Amino acid sequence: MSPLAEMGSPVSGTGGMMLLAVLLSAALTENILLTRFLGMCPFLSVSRELKSAFGMGLAVVFVTTCTCAINSLLYWTVLVPLGLHVSLQLILFIVVIAAFVQLMEMVIERISVTLYFSLGIFLPLITVNCAILGTSLFMVNRGFRGLSAVLFGFGSGLGWMIAIVLMAGIRQRLKGAKVPAALEGPGIALVIAGIMALAFIGLSNMVKI
Amino acid sequence: MAQQPQKPVRPFGALLQQAWGENPVFRQVLGICSALAVTNLVFNTALMCLGLIWATTMSSLTVSLIRNVTPRRVRIMVSVLIIAVYVIVVDICFRVLFPEVHRDIAAYVGLIVTNCIVLGRLEAFASRNRPLASVCDGLGAGLGYSLILMAVAIVRELLGFGTLLRGTPWKLTLLPTGPESWWRPWTIMITPPGAFFVLAIIVWAARAAALRRPGASQEAAP
Repeated sequence: MSPLAEMGSPVSGTGGMMLLAVLLSAALTENILLTRFLGMCPFLSVSRELKSAFGMGLAVVFVTTCTCAINSLLYWTVLVPLGLHVSLQLILFIVVIAAFVQLMEMVIERISVTLYFSLGIFLPLITVNCAILGTSLFMVNRGFRGLSAVLFGFGSGLGWMIAIVLMAGIRQRLKGAKVPAALEGPGIALVIAGIMALAFIGLSNMVKI
Repeated sequence: MAQQPQKPVRPFGALLQQAWGENPVFRQVLGICSALAVTNLVFNTALMCLGLIWATTMSSLTVSLIRNVTPRRVRIMVSVLIIAVYVIVVDICFRVLFPEVHRDIAAYVGLIVTNCIVLGRLEAFASRNRPLASVCDGLGAGLGYSLILMAVAIVRELLGFGTLLRGTPWKLTLLPTGPESWWRPWTIMITPPGAFFVLAIIVWAARAAALRRPGASQEAAP
C-alpha cells in the first residue's frame, strides 16, 4: 500500500545479479534524495553551480561508501551479538560518521591542496547531511551486510550525486528564465525536484529486489 | 536570526517567532529531510512531529542548562549526542506503543538527529539563552515545523487515498474511492513527487504573502 511498507524486506542470496540489483535500485529507482528526501538541505543550497555540486556529490559518494562499510561491520559483529543494537545503533553511527569525516579532512589536507579545495571544503557540511546517516539506517533496516552493504552505500551516494549534478545543470540553464517572484529560489527548485522524481520513479519496474 | 546574548528574551515571543514569523521551512526550506518521506499518511506524520517537538524542546532545555560548562570546541558534538539520547527515547516509545507503524518510520525517527532545525536552534539560541526561553524557542520551532508537515500530509492523504488518519481506528473516509464513484484518487500524491509539488505550492503561497506585506520585499529575497 504505502511505498514505505516494502522497506523491511530482507535481501536473500548474494549472487552477482543480486548485487547488481542492490546497486542499481539504490542509485536509481530508490534514489535516496528523490524518493526518500534525504540530504535536501545541501541539495537546495549547493546546487546553484555545476562545479560545486560535482564536488559535493563526490564527497558524498566517498563518505557514504566508507561509513556504510564501517557501520555495517560494527553493527553486525559488535552490536547485534551484544544485544545493544536497539539502544546504541544511532549513537554508534553518528560517532563513526563524525570521526570518519574529521579524519578524512585531516588526511586530505595533508595529501593535496587541490583535492582539499575541490573536496575537503564540503566535508564539514557532510557530518550533518541526513543522506549519510540515512544510508546507514536503511542498510540496517534492510539487512544488508558485507559486500551488499558496501554496494548499497556506494549506490546511494551515487544516486545522490546524479541527482544534485542534474539539478545544478538544470538550475544553471534556468538562470535566464522568468520565474514568478515568490517561486524563485527554493520554490522552483522543489518543482524541478518533483519533476525529476517523476522521471526516476518511471524506472522503478526495471529493477525489483 | 541569532539573538543578542545580553538582551533577555521574552519566552512566549520566542515561541511565536519560531512557530510562525521566522518559520525556517517557509524562509529557507530547511529541515524537511527527516520527515517529508512519511507525509503520505497523516498518522505517521503526526508521530514524527511529536518526536521532533519532544527532541527540540528537551534538547533545548538540556543544552541551555549546561551552556556555561560546555567547552566551545566540542559543543556541536555534545549537542548531537544530547539530541541522540532523546531520539532514542522516542524510538523506544514508538517501538513499544505502535510496533506496526514503527517498522515503516524507524529510519526517519533516527534521522531527527541530523535535522537542521533541531541543531540550528541549539546553536543559535539554546547555547546562549536561559532555560525557559530556550524551551519556548525549541517548542516553537517544533510546532512551526509540524504545522507545515501536517498540512502536506493532510493534502497528500486526502487526495491520494480519499481518507484521513488511515491505518488507525479513527480513520475518516472523506472522498468515495469505489470504482463507480465520481472521485478518482490522485496516485501521484502517494508517490514522492507529490510531496515535492505540495511543498512547493505551500512555499510559493507563503512567500507570495510575505512579498505582499509592505516593506517586506528585501526581507523575503533569497
